[in-house]
Parts: sequence; C-alpha cells; structure tokens
Amino acid sequence: MAGKLAKLLSDLKEPEALAFVEKALGEGVDPMDLLGEAKEAMNIVGQRFASEEYFIPDLVFSGEILKGIVKMLEPHLKKGEEAERLGKVVIGTVAGDIHDIGKNLVVFMLDVNGFEVLDLGIDVPVQKFVDAIKETGTKVVGLSGFLTLAFESMKETMEAIKSAGLRDKVKVMIGGGQITEEIRKYTGADAYGKDAMAGVSLAKQWLGAK
Amino acid sequence: MEKKWEEMSSDERQEAQLQKWLSPKDPEGNDLKFQSPQAEKAFKERATRLKDAIQLKKLPDRVPVFTIYGFFPALYAGFTPQEVMYDYGKANMAWKKYVLDFAPDGHIGPWVPGPGKLFDILDYKLYKWPGHGVSPQYGYQCNEGEYMKADEYDAFIDDPSNFYNNVYLPRIFGALEHFTAPHIADVLEMYGAGLNFIPFGLPPVQAAYKALLEAGNEALKYIGVAGAYNNELAAAGFPTFWDGPAKPPFDMIGDTLRGTKGIMTDMYRQPDKLLQALEAMAPLVVKNGVAGAKVGGVPIVAVVMHKGADGFLSDEQYKTFYWPTFRKVLVGLINEGIVPFCFVEGGYNTRLKVIRDVPKGKVIWWLDRTDMAKAKEILGDVACIGGNVPPDLLAVGTPQQVKDYAKKLIDTCGKGGGFILGNGTVIEQAKPENLHAMIDFTKEYGVYK
Repeated sequence: MAGKLAKLLSDLKEPEALAFVEKALGEGVDPMDLLGEAKEAMNIVGQRFASEEYFIPDLVFSGEILKGIVKMLEPHLKKGEEAERLGKVVIGTVAGDIHDIGKNLVVFMLDVNGFEVLDLGIDVPVQKFVDAIKETGTKVVGLSGFLTLAFESMKETMEAIKSAGLRDKVKVMIGGGQITEEIRKYTGADAYGKDAMAGVSLAKQWLGAK
Repeated sequence: MEKKWEEMSSDERQEAQLQKWLSPKDPEGNDLKFQSPQAEKAFKERATRLKDAIQLKKLPDRVPVFTIYGFFPALYAGFTPQEVMYDYGKANMAWKKYVLDFAPDGHIGPWVPGPGKLFDILDYKLYKWPGHGVSPQYGYQCNEGEYMKADEYDAFIDDPSNFYNNVYLPRIFGALEHFTAPHIADVLEMYGAGLNFIPFGLPPVQAAYKALLEAGNEALKYIGVAGAYNNELAAAGFPTFWDGPAKPPFDMIGDTLRGTKGIMTDMYRQPDKLLQALEAMAPLVVKNGVAGAKVGGVPIVAVVMHKGADGFLSDEQYKTFYWPTFRKVLVGLINEGIVPFCFVEGGYNTRLKVIRDVPKGKVIWWLDRTDMAKAKEILGDVACIGGNVPPDLLAVGTPQQVKDYAKKLIDTCGKGGGFILGNGTVIEQAKPENLHAMIDFTKEYGVYK
C-alpha cells in the first residue's frame, strides 16, 4: 500500500505534501525513503494518466509538486545515492520545429519511470541526433514534432541515422500532434506513440525493462 | 423600411452580415467590379454555398470545399517563408496563385506571412520567425513563456488594457521595453495635467515611440500591398471565408500570457483568480473579433482553439475553466451577426455534447482529429461541421487515397447539408496533386441531387 506521501502527491495535494516532507525531515525520516515514496506516487500518476483519470494539467502539476519535494530533499541526500537507471533515451524536437510541450511530457514521464534521458531540446539539427547516438551509445531515440514540416525533418533524421551506419543499433519512436502510422511508415521509424505513456511503454519494451 | 440594427434578432443580424458579404464593395464603398460576369456568378455561387452550409436552412447545391494553410502557398510558388515575410509583393503573388490554381470555395485572406520587417523593428520576442530563430525555409512559431507572472492576475483583472499596454507590450517587444501609455484619466483638468507628460520627455520612452512610428510606417507599406488582396480575389470570384481572429479566453491566457505550464498550475494553485481573469478576457475577445470582422468586411471570424482538446483537460476541467467563457465569446460574436469559424486542433470527441449548446446555424466547427461520424451525429442538427482530411495523408498519401478519404467523409457527413469538406489543420507541406484531388473530387462527387 502506498505511504502517506505517495498518496498526497499522487492525489496532487501540494501544500499537504510539502508540509508532510518538511515535518518528516524534521523527525529524522530517511530522505531516501521519502524519495522512494515520491517515485511510487509518480508511478500512480502515470497509471492514472494512462487510464484517462488524469489529464495533462494533472501531469504537469504533479511535476511541479515533485520539483518542490526534490528541492527540499536534495540538501539531505548523499551523493551517489541516485538509483540505477533502466537505460538511456535520446530525445528532441526535430529541425525546424520549436514545439516542446509534448516532448517535455515524454521526457518527464521517462525520467520518473527510471530512464536516463538526454534531451537535445528543440529545432535539433539532424547531425546533432547522430552525434548524440554515437556519444551516448543509446539504444532508444525519440523524435518529436508538432508541425507538418516535422514529417520531412523526421524522415531526414532517419536517413542520417541510416547513413551513419547506426540504424541497426537504435530503435526510434516518433510522436506529436499530427504524427500517425502513415508518417511512421513514411519516415521509417520503428514506432509512433500517441502520448507520453506510450513512449514509456515503447522504451521499456525496447530496453527489456519491466 | 429596413429594421434598425438594435432591433434585429441575432438571426436577422447574421443574415444582414452575410448578405453584405455576398455583395462586396470597393474601398470607395461602391459595388465591387468583378473581372467578368462569370467571376461574379462564381463568387455568388461560392458564397451562397458556404452560407447555406452554415445556416442549415437550405441544402447547398453541393458540399463546399475550403482549405486552411500556413506557408504552403509560399513553398508551392517556389518561395521560402522568409522571402514572403519580407517581400510583400511575393507574398501577394503566392497567396493569389494558390487560390486561383486550386479554386476552393473560399480562402483565408492574405495575413499568414505578415510584415517581417515590422517585427525586426519592434524586436518581437513572442515568436521566432525565419531568420530570427528558425531557418529561412520554416514558418514562424510561438515562444512559450510566462509573459504574465503568477502574481499578476489582480493587475490583469483590474484593468486588462492597462496590463496589455504597460506590462505586456514592453515584455513581448524589445523595442518597447520602456514604452508607457498616456494616463488619459489623469489629464482631465489643466491643474497638474502637465506632470503626466514627463515620461514622454525621457529618451528611453521616446525611443519606444520612435520604434512605434517606424513600425507604423512599415505597416502602411505592408497594407498597401496586402490590403487589396481580398477584393482582388473577390473580383476573380473567390470570397474570403475567415477573418478576425479570436480565441477562447482559456487559450488567450494559456498560449501567450501564462503559458501552458503556467495556466495548468494556476488551475490548482489559484483557480478563482484564473476564473476571474477568464471572465475579464471574454468581452475583450468579442470586441476584437467584431472589430476585425468590421475592418475586413468578412463576418466569419476564425476562433483558433488549442488547449481544450481531448487529453488536454478532463471533462470537469473543460466544463469549469474552458467552456463557460468560450461560450460567452461565441454568443457575443453571434449576437453581432458574426459566424465563429471554430478551428478545433487535435481531437474533440469528449467535448461534442458540451459544445452542442450553441444557437442553431450560427457556428462552424472545423475539426481536425475528431471522429466525424460522431460529430455529425451529435452536432449535425445544430451546427455546420467541416475539415478532417488529415495533413499526413495530404503530405505522404496518393491522390486516390485522398479521394477515398473525401468520399467517405462526404458519405458520412454530407447528408442534409451542414458540411464543408477540407483539411483538418493548417498545412505547410503537402503534395499539390493531393490538394487538387481533394478539391476537384468534392466538386464532382459532392453535388446534392
């Protein structure tokens, strides 16, 4: 069963959650336990989002509360206590497109689900994706885009990954407002996800995580 | 004798506005001279077809076809978005070529490219545009941010105009950083009035006004070219079918004042302030929409909708924060005889029952990713629906696939009128042959018998 903090955070009770953390720290509760509960809460938030009980504002707000909690916990955490990550994901909004609301939600959900995320930002040149794949050795790449111009940019990015000889080394997922199965085929990506949780499922599947 | 405007019902006002739109005037106020009797006939047929689809009173002669676009006309004519933003003649040429080559039943006017140099002069921060943050081959895009801070709701609610003038403008235009608007209420009497003008003697404030004057000159150059566009196309037989624009108050605040994250956290942290601000925003939006329609002589106002889409808000959040003031905007426009052309980006499947609650024959719902069979079933008897041909299909599909899609749409939604065929969201890139297929097929197959 979820602890008190997990419940407060997953129910999006901001003042109560922050007050609880402050009190618990004062009473000498292990900050790692509190962090564990916060993570548990984010899992619950993710599940509620996937089951359409929660929507984007709820997801965004849970992130804001979490930020506040982590800020309170940070001074109490020893270095090196960071939990092991499930695997790496390189992600960015493709060249010419500066939209990032959707991409940021995917980054956030990947992060709270235990992935190490390298976010290349917006309007990411093709070569930057290629370089990042080489440097990090990532097995999973996410391409985001909102405008119809992103269709071309995604295709060009896929082609560059292929010409760099990296196509067999990575799985690529694409997503964004106008992205469909048609566009997946057109770009040659491996999958498209309709929302942030779909991105998490794909990453888990590809990295063999449970 | 003609009825006075004040005595007219919203039905009569709409009819009067649309009749005026059906009989365009030249800048001197005389009847517009059409290029030919054929062009005049085509204009009347197209406009009547669209009018009938909106009003749900008479079956149109066929399903009208209409398209919405971003920089597609530029790319189609062989120009970059940067070229058409800075060379008004090129923009005018490309936007005209698009309408003449594809011949849809109406067009969206010339305003997409906008005067690039004006934004240079003012150092516009709200957007990135070609050469200013995005490459020349891409269109402009909004920089999301908190241009209104979380603790500024009271200032906005108290006096939205003052907030826009003295807080917002200096934030979104670098050249207006030291702009300050005159306090008219303080200069009612001679005694003490002089003091109010001190700011306008200060060099930084004067620099802001100088930038405004320069921007004004540029705007005149721009309008000197773009201003004739709608009448030129009317003379060739093509009515303008979208002007304005307007937005739901939730998107006004969420898009360019508080930002997505800002407004979404405000829903939790300060819901009452947000609701008050939405209420304060609604009449402003109506006023702007009405003014826009009047200037352009086009009583169809585009209402651009973003953050109420499926997934963006829960049902309860939608009904609490989005719909009440959005409905006020719709009713406010309708009462002035204006037709809100609601451009609904994304999906709206979960909202259809809510948005049904508008007066009959007054609104167009232009749908992007919504289930059209469901939309026809729920909205069909109260409002015109349209759109839905997916941009991905137009970009990567074949003409045959586009025709198949259009056929299915006409079969599903065309029955009994109240339907306009078109693409669901603005396009930048699409295969011209696919657009031709969509438009030409509708003209053939969409005829009501």
